[in-house]
Amino acid sequence: MPAIPPSLWRLARGAVVLPLAALLSGCDWVVLNPSGDIAQQQAHLVIVATALMLLIIVPVMVLTVAFAWRYRSSNTAATYAPEWHHSTKLELVIWSAPLMIIIALGSITWVTTHTLDPYRPLSRIDAARPLPAGTKPLEVQVVALDWKWLFIYPEQKIATVNDLVLPVDRPVQFRLTASSVMNSFYVPALAGQIYAMPGMETKLHAVLNRTGAFQGFSAQYSGAGFSKMRFVTRGVSADDFDAWAAGIRKGADALDRTAYLKLEQPSEKEPVRHFANVDPALFDAAVNLCVRPGKMCVNQMMAIDAEGGTGRAGQFNLAALTYDKFGREQVVPVLPGRQPSGAQLFVNANAYCAGKGPLKEAPPQQPASRTLSLAAPASSPVS
Amino acid sequence: MSHSVSPATLTGRYYDLHEHDHPEGGSTMLGFWIYLMSDCLIFAMLFAAFGVLGGNLAAGPGPKDLFDLPLVALNTSMLLFSSITYGFAMLAMQRGQKGQTQLWLLITGLFGAAFLGIELYEFSHLIHEGATPQRSAFLSSFFTLVGTHGLHVTFGLVWLTVLMVQVGQRGLIAANKRRLMCLSLFWHFLDVVWIGVFTFVYLMGMLR
Amino acid sequence: MTPAEPHWSFLLGRLGPDAIPTEPIVLATFAVVALGGVALLAALTYFRLWGYLWKEWFTSVDHKKIGIMYMVLGLVMFLRGFADALMMRIQQAIAFNGSEGYLNAHHYDQIFTAHGVIMIFFVAMPFVTGLMNYVVPLQIGARDVSFPFLNNFSFWMTTSGAALVMASLFVGEFAQTGWLAYPPLSGLAYSPNVGVDYYIWSLQIAGVGTTLSGINLIATIVKMRAPGMTMMRMPVFTWTSLCTNVLIVASFPVLTAVLVLLSLDRYVGTNFFTNDFGGSPMMYVNLIWIWGHPEVYILILPIFGVFSEITSTFSGKRLFGYSSMVYATVVITILSYLVWLHHFFTMGSGASVNSFFGITTMVISIPTGAKMFNWLFTMYRARIRFDLPMMWTMAFMLTFVIGGMTGVMLAVPPADFVLHNSLFLIAHFHNVIIGGVVFGVFAAINYWWPKAFGFRLEPFWGKVSFWCWVVGFWMAFTPLYVMGLMGVTRRMRVFDDPSLQIWFQIAAAGAFLIALGIVAMLIQYTVSILRRDELRDETGDPWNARTLEWSTSSPPPAYNFAFTPIVHDLDAWEDMKRAGVARPVEGFRPIHMPKNTGAGVILAGISAVCGFALIWHIWWLAVASFGALLITAIAHTFNYRRDFHIPAETVAETEATRTRQLAALEGAAA
Repeated sequence: MPAIPPSLWRLARGAVVLPLAALLSGCDWVVLNPSGDIAQQQAHLVIVATALMLLIIVPVMVLTVAFAWRYRSSNTAATYAPEWHHSTKLELVIWSAPLMIIIALGSITWVTTHTLDPYRPLSRIDAARPLPAGTKPLEVQVVALDWKWLFIYPEQKIATVNDLVLPVDRPVQFRLTASSVMNSFYVPALAGQIYAMPGMETKLHAVLNRTGAFQGFSAQYSGAGFSKMRFVTRGVSADDFDAWAAGIRKGADALDRTAYLKLEQPSEKEPVRHFANVDPALFDAAVNLCVRPGKMCVNQMMAIDAEGGTGRAGQFNLAALTYDKFGREQVVPVLPGRQPSGAQLFVNANAYCAGKGPLKEAPPQQPASRTLSLAAPASSPVS
Repeated sequence: MSHSVSPATLTGRYYDLHEHDHPEGGSTMLGFWIYLMSDCLIFAMLFAAFGVLGGNLAAGPGPKDLFDLPLVALNTSMLLFSSITYGFAMLAMQRGQKGQTQLWLLITGLFGAAFLGIELYEFSHLIHEGATPQRSAFLSSFFTLVGTHGLHVTFGLVWLTVLMVQVGQRGLIAANKRRLMCLSLFWHFLDVVWIGVFTFVYLMGMLR
Repeated sequence: MTPAEPHWSFLLGRLGPDAIPTEPIVLATFAVVALGGVALLAALTYFRLWGYLWKEWFTSVDHKKIGIMYMVLGLVMFLRGFADALMMRIQQAIAFNGSEGYLNAHHYDQIFTAHGVIMIFFVAMPFVTGLMNYVVPLQIGARDVSFPFLNNFSFWMTTSGAALVMASLFVGEFAQTGWLAYPPLSGLAYSPNVGVDYYIWSLQIAGVGTTLSGINLIATIVKMRAPGMTMMRMPVFTWTSLCTNVLIVASFPVLTAVLVLLSLDRYVGTNFFTNDFGGSPMMYVNLIWIWGHPEVYILILPIFGVFSEITSTFSGKRLFGYSSMVYATVVITILSYLVWLHHFFTMGSGASVNSFFGITTMVISIPTGAKMFNWLFTMYRARIRFDLPMMWTMAFMLTFVIGGMTGVMLAVPPADFVLHNSLFLIAHFHNVIIGGVVFGVFAAINYWWPKAFGFRLEPFWGKVSFWCWVVGFWMAFTPLYVMGLMGVTRRMRVFDDPSLQIWFQIAAAGAFLIALGIVAMLIQYTVSILRRDELRDETGDPWNARTLEWSTSSPPPAYNFAFTPIVHDLDAWEDMKRAGVARPVEGFRPIHMPKNTGAGVILAGISAVCGFALIWHIWWLAVASFGALLITAIAHTFNYRRDFHIPAETVAETEATRTRQLAALEGAAA
């Protein structure tokens, strides 16, 4: 990390880590002592920020106590200056001291926010090892379901529920989405968290440097089964990983769209499950809310929108667009009394578009917040 | 410090011994302005929502398919005229002409009602065609922004009616003048918001 | 989660027998509350207090009485919100090793939602508004606020909102979404029942009150200051109140708008925050935090003002760096609008956006730090008296800096990625809200109580309460900091890892210590009221304080000041004392005052009914009550006689009593 000079880091370690070491030894302060390089750098940052601020916090606290004691009313020996209420020099100090700290911390923030951006591909395996050129990261597609995690390994063509296995020292690219509500994907030992949101894709790059089993969970409350939405992350050697994947590929369970829709149903405390054969387009369909047959994908919809919609012909084009607005379809198709009167007049948008030529394939949707946070899912560029 | 001053003088310096009643409603205009600004913020949020969601047609109809610009222009003129006539009502009020004031208020109310009528016609037409607020995020934000403005105009009309009754009952007393001033601010404020709606929603929607 | 068979009838809407909760804990609570309520109502009837309460309090437009009513509301809701906290702490301390604890998800999830909503909207806000209401007009030498009727109406709207939240405990359910109700979870698909509707309407109704009260206090501070009180002679508390009310007026409409959009999604079927049809849940998160972050400063700014007044008074010194204090307040006010995104760095914004909001957040710590130093240097070369208000101030200074430090840590986006939504975050914001707002409110209560009631609060039980609170706070929240660094996330109901249990048990013990602190505080109030004659303060200025509220009697007369004071310096009352100004004892004039009115209670009551009808989809009642609301409001505008004069003789009599009191005191001293 270029932002933090090594000397400063050593100082910080001396000031903060050593006194904490005794406490640390007793229990698992995983956030400060993680097993992945990204989380490690984030832990450093937590400590550096603390140390920087202690530079001003400690004097303030000491002075507070000292002044309180020295100028207590019973101490008549202390100077009493009831009219003293201004000092330009002192004012200068009390504004500039915090300013200095914030300038330092602000620069660190600017640099590390960019270097540790979850969207940025890794450039090193850990502090000592740069990433060999041409290393292809392992891709893991993550879908937060109610209330379990689906991990799809497209390269290995397998999928698991609540079981994340990662080869150590190999960069991983997570692509994340959710099926119903917002969740946050967080494995403290591996890297910081990122939201997984329906109809959108977020990304996270990380690497695990140690073998072992680590906790993973949703860090964003997502409904009744939230507490048990946990999974174990296992770091294994590259060989063990391949053997594990090969073992799963031999299994019989397939994850096609029907199986996914069944899996998507709310359930709690879901046991670990493995799928051998995975529909390669499943994740993109999940991101675009069109796993269910007959649904228009969000990226298709946005491509149409970018061209100005379907005009008056599309006014009643509802069923293909309805995902969960009227409730989970599988539970209550449409709440009684909420049936839109226009639904009978449903016009198949695909058919409409067919008249104008085939729908252009839009690239997978990026979350709008990449460019502007106050924005709806932005229209995908149609090439 | 004040050795040379007699106690009575000192008291007089630190207490307002000859205070008169403050005229009632001294803060009303300021308070109403602040209220308008807070209302303006609600509109700002609705504009922002429209700005964010305005392009999300959900594969449905867009502004070009739906808006009838000449009708909206007519509608806009209704509201602009009502602002002018309200101005005349205020001029008459300043001159103390109760009958004139009431007449101009009535005309303002009629223009306002015409505006609402045209807006309701536009809405019912859209809904009839299937372009309902439920159809897409664009239509949700359109109906909410324009509808909130319409709701404000409706309350303005109710207020106008009540004030006409009160002016009729008590004449142009100070309290009523103050109320007419507040409604005046409110009415012109709605006019300004509508200019924003017309430009941002309708004109730019057609250009989009 | 699964929507029950939607049941609806014309007469009762969604309200049916299933609306009565069956969970034994709720039933027991209901029984206790119902019995207590009936007993209270019976007592009020028996002692014939209804007429008194109605005439002297409920319909009062006196800012002092409204201020006190806000404080009572805050205290009552505080007990409810704290009960929620205690229940969570117990659940988390026992739900280990496969135990489900004693709360199911449906109940637990309502509790943490209600705890947040109640503590922010119905505890902290009424406390802060109550303080501003009581103190500001007195500090600026005014006789009431600019719009006294609106003030009464605002209070009752807040109360109506609180009543709806309380109703949700026994009729139906509250939201199970977390206190900000993020969609899609709070949308119709995933929260089909009345919980979120209770949330929406209680906040909307209370929000009307808050916004109007903000407008009212701004107008009051701008327009009603005593002659000579320029902006830079305003007491710091008034300054911070002004900034807070600017924040209220410039942020609550955002909340109103965003809740309107959410309710349209739920009631009309629009697509603002839906997953499908082009809606954007992320927009909700942005909008609600554009309100939510200024809200934090709405709570803390007036408390900074409280601490400024107290530090200066108990140091026996003018505040160090008054103007830099004022500028710091204004800077915080402005900056508070530029930081909202730091509440969701983890939503996937780009690095540049995240660092911008991270750095703006850190910048706020500069003026905040300057304030801290100003208090510190006010204590330098002072004569500090450690009465209870000053004790709370010391606890605040030592506690709040830690909360500030952890806040800046969370403002560094990559650090936030590992701490977001963790118990570290929970510890941080309780550190600033309890260590700042709650300690500040207790300091303020101990400081201004003698002004409001004419007798001091008893110090022994106050000190017991103080130590229980301070020690209890650190005991309850240090484990949360620790567990945050262990990667434990918030809103969990059950736990796998048995090694965490000890930390939760310590936290629960801390919460019980705080409970003792609350009990001691209630004892303190009771003992003080019983022993009020010994604790009596007849000087009107028990702390040798510096601002105008201390220049009048305790409690102040209805008209506050027989003659409006004229201000020549900062710390106007100190200036008057130093100059040896004699109180005017003759030449009284009739005083123009606003008349009490029941319209506020009635309008707010109808609003609550309307809200209830909308929550339960009782459409006829919603329409009827809305119509009634409109008609009542219009009818109220036909009442032109809203003021009266207190006759000069009455003023002269009241002031003569005060003259005799002061003379007796002087005699005793001599």
